[in-house]
Order: sequence, then structure tokens, then C-alpha cells
Amino acid sequence: MISERDVLHIAELADIGIIREELDEFTGQFNDILDYFDILDQVEAGAGAETGLYNVFRDDEVVPSLPPDEILGNAGETEDGFFRAPRVM
Amino acid sequence: MGIFAFSAPDPCNAFITRIPEAEYGDGKLAGVSIAVKDNISTKGIPTTCGSKILEGYIPPYDAHVVELLRAEGAAIVGKTNMDEFGMGTTTENSAYGPTLNPADRERVPGGSSGGSAAAVASGMVAMALGTDTGGSIRCPAAFCGIVGMKPTYGRVSRYGLVAYANSLEQIGPMAANVPDISLLLQVLTCHDPRDSTSITAPYTHTPDPDIHGLKIGVPEEYFGKGVDPRVASIVWEGISLLERLGAEIITCRMPSMDYALAAYYVTCMSEASSNLARFDGVRYGPPADPKKQWHESFQERRRDGFGKEVRRRVMLGTFALSSGYYGKYYAKAQSARRNVAADFSRLFSEVDVLAGPTMPTIAFRLGEKSDPLSMYLSDILTVPANLAGVPAISVPCGKVDGMPVGLQIMGRWCADERVIDVAYAFEEGVSA
Repeated sequence: MISERDVLHIAELADIGIIREELDEFTGQFNDILDYFDILDQVEAGAGAETGLYNVFRDDEVVPSLPPDEILGNAGETEDGFFRAPRVM
Repeated sequence: MGIFAFSAPDPCNAFITRIPEAEYGDGKLAGVSIAVKDNISTKGIPTTCGSKILEGYIPPYDAHVVELLRAEGAAIVGKTNMDEFGMGTTTENSAYGPTLNPADRERVPGGSSGGSAAAVASGMVAMALGTDTGGSIRCPAAFCGIVGMKPTYGRVSRYGLVAYANSLEQIGPMAANVPDISLLLQVLTCHDPRDSTSITAPYTHTPDPDIHGLKIGVPEEYFGKGVDPRVASIVWEGISLLERLGAEIITCRMPSMDYALAAYYVTCMSEASSNLARFDGVRYGPPADPKKQWHESFQERRRDGFGKEVRRRVMLGTFALSSGYYGKYYAKAQSARRNVAADFSRLFSEVDVLAGPTMPTIAFRLGEKSDPLSMYLSDILTVPANLAGVPAISVPCGKVDGMPVGLQIMGRWCADERVIDVAYAFEEGVSA
């Protein structure tokens, strides 16, 4: 069982804003869904994440890229050719 | 050459953006109007992914598939409605309102590529692109009565597709008939170095309806609990038609179906929790408040910009990857995923393709699936192909209560040609 406190903690980890009124609904749904996921308990743990996949590399060649003004064109706030983000500290 | 212009309104809300006048070019798709799902980047045309968080975003580049369509003369006529970021089975989870099923506007078109399916089914466009992470092309194709295909993973470049669950999703064709699917797939399959999972396996096939001697496996689990008996019955009739056309039908078992759906949801939620971290209001979409502290601004932006299903999946994915739970959820899901792939390998050493229903039921009524888990459960028959990366198609197979039902054909890795042949044989057999 996960509690409303757990859901608030997950929301904080995920940086997903959550309002008080939604907490009850999310908590109930999370418990239903996680109960369903318990079916995975019957699966034997495999040999790590080995999947037969391999990395695909390419040569690091300089190729034309998009002009900076086009990249910045969708941003809300820019300054001197940079994105402007909220302060971290 | 010429211009495409819509001659009628959009009563099913299939489109988020329509282009007033789209130009045709020369090539294999000259004169063909194509609608593109709104999570595929189109230079100069808004791309919202069905989300408020990308409202107003105009991509500065085309997705690889869009470059290929334009190069072959297709007119890109608009961007279709979808469940936000592809997260849903009904196209109700869109910030731009639900799409309605052209066969019955009280019902959903399926999802998440519901707008693309409705646009084709209502005759607004000839063909469309969808994306399929756990059935998002095949489900709406089945519910709307058209053909939709998820190609082999890696055969179509994902460059320019707004990522939701990279290891599962593929762009694929949707059309009214199998030859059109085949034609569109010819254009879409082209190696692209900008997608590191892109393989070199161009599809150059012409559909061949001769299926004499072909072995078709029918997993019992595809007719198990939760499958509407009326859907099961009509799909069995379809499989009998394939038998009359010369195929050999072999019933078989797929034990990993017990946990395939859970493995799918843990995997896609985990990948989503990472992929969707990029939507912070800094580089695109309605801006975050730069005067506020980072986390506060970030959380506010995502609370207001994402719908509930997206937030649910991002949170559950974060949980499944978090310290202390990774082993129980994510790691187990990856083991389960390998078991699903092993089931397919074993079955494909005995049969050429697998057949069953695409969806367990006909299209739901609008609002019918209000509980998330009950909606997830309806994806049970489509997610195995995504977990294993194998090709799968849905082709119309009659009606129940006036609503279309889809027959699903799944094939070996990179045997998209064979899957298309069986679907074509079926389509020709039905109309004969």
C-alpha cells in the first residue's frame, strides 16, 4: 500500500505539481495499478538488463546545424542568445 | 502537382491543425493527401502532441518520415488529434477535445492515433501516419474499420518523433486498404543515421495474396478472459477464411501473456518519466515563470500543462525506477519482456505468423473507461508485439453491433512483407 504521503514524495521526485484535492484520487489509482503490477513477482529475475542490444556509434563529424535564432524561437525568455531559465538557487 | 484543400468541416475532431492549402509534388505519393499524427515534427506547422504544454510550439525541422513523404510528393494536409503524448487508448486524453468515431459519434475512435484513424475512416484523407507504442496504430484502426500497421522496430526512423517510450514505439502507416499500407511503408522505411536504432532494411515489396501452405498460429490467450465472445467469434470466422485460402491453422500457447501487460506499462511509464522531463517551459511551450525558484516553477508548469494521465504515468514511472523499487518493478519488467520475446521466437520456429483479435472489444462509448487500470487492460492483445519489436497489422474483419472489429496478424522480426501478404490475402478474400 502506498499512502498519500508517498504520492506527495513521488510527485516531488518527479517535479510533477499536485494539488491537495487530487491526492485521494491519485493514491487510490496508484494502489490499484501497483497491485496489478504485482503479477511481475512471478517472473524470475533475469541476468540483469542484458538484452542483446549493442551500441551504434558514428564518426563525430561536424555537420550543419540549425541556426541559433530558430532554436531560440520557441522559447519564452531568452537573453544574449541563451535560454533564460528560472533560478536554481 | 496541384493543391489539396479540405472540402468539408471536421465533425469528428480528427485534426488539431489543418493546412488551408497543401501542395502535392512528384513521386510515388503524388496526388496523395496524408495526415500526420501531432507527435511527429513538421517544420513550420504547430506540433502539440495533444498537450497544452506544447501549445504554440512550431518545430524548426521535419521528422525523417515527413522529409520522406514530402520527397515523394505527398501533400501533408494537417496534424491529427491524439491522446496526450500517446498516452491512452481512446483519444479522449487530448487537450484539444476528444476525437469521435466516424462509425458512431457516441463512441471513441480508439487511441492514441485516433485522429489519424478517424481522418482516414471518414474519407477526409487517403492515408495517415500514426505511432504505436503499445497498440496506438492498431487499436484505432480496428475501432474505426481501417488498416493500420506497426512495422518492425527500427525499420522506420523515429528522428523527429516526440519521444514517449523509445524502446517500444514505432511510426507506421494507416490507410483504407492493404496496398496503400504497402505503398506508404515503401516510402517510410529508409535507414537514418540520426536514429541510432534505425536498421537498414528497406521495404520494397508488392503484396502477394497467395498464402497456400502458410502456417498461422493462433494463441489461445488471444481468445481468453476479457475478450468479448462476439469479437472472438467474428475473428475466428476470419481465421477460417485464411484456412480456406490455403493456410494451415495451428493453435498454440503464449504463457508470457500473463504478465506482458504489466511489463509493458512498467516499461513505458519508466521511459516516459525520463523523456517527459524535457518539458520544463524553458525551451518550448508556454513559458515557466523565471522569477520563481526552479522546482516551484517547473512543478507549476507541469501541473498546469500536463493532463492527469500524463502526470500519473510520469509519477508511476518515477516510482518504478526509484531506489528500493527498481528491482521489483523495472528489472522484473525487463525479464518479463525477454520472456515475451522468447515466446515469439519459439512460436515463430513453428509457424509463419500469429493471428488473433486486435482489441478484446468493440469501440467503447465516450467516457466509458474512466478508470485508468480498466483502460490499460484493453491493450493486452497489442502490447506483446511492441515488447518483442515484431511487426503487426490490424485489418478490418467484420462488425459487431455495427462497429468494426480488427483481425491482428503478427510476424517474425523484419518479416513485415509476410504480415502484409496475409493481410492482403484476407482483404481480397473478404471482398471476393
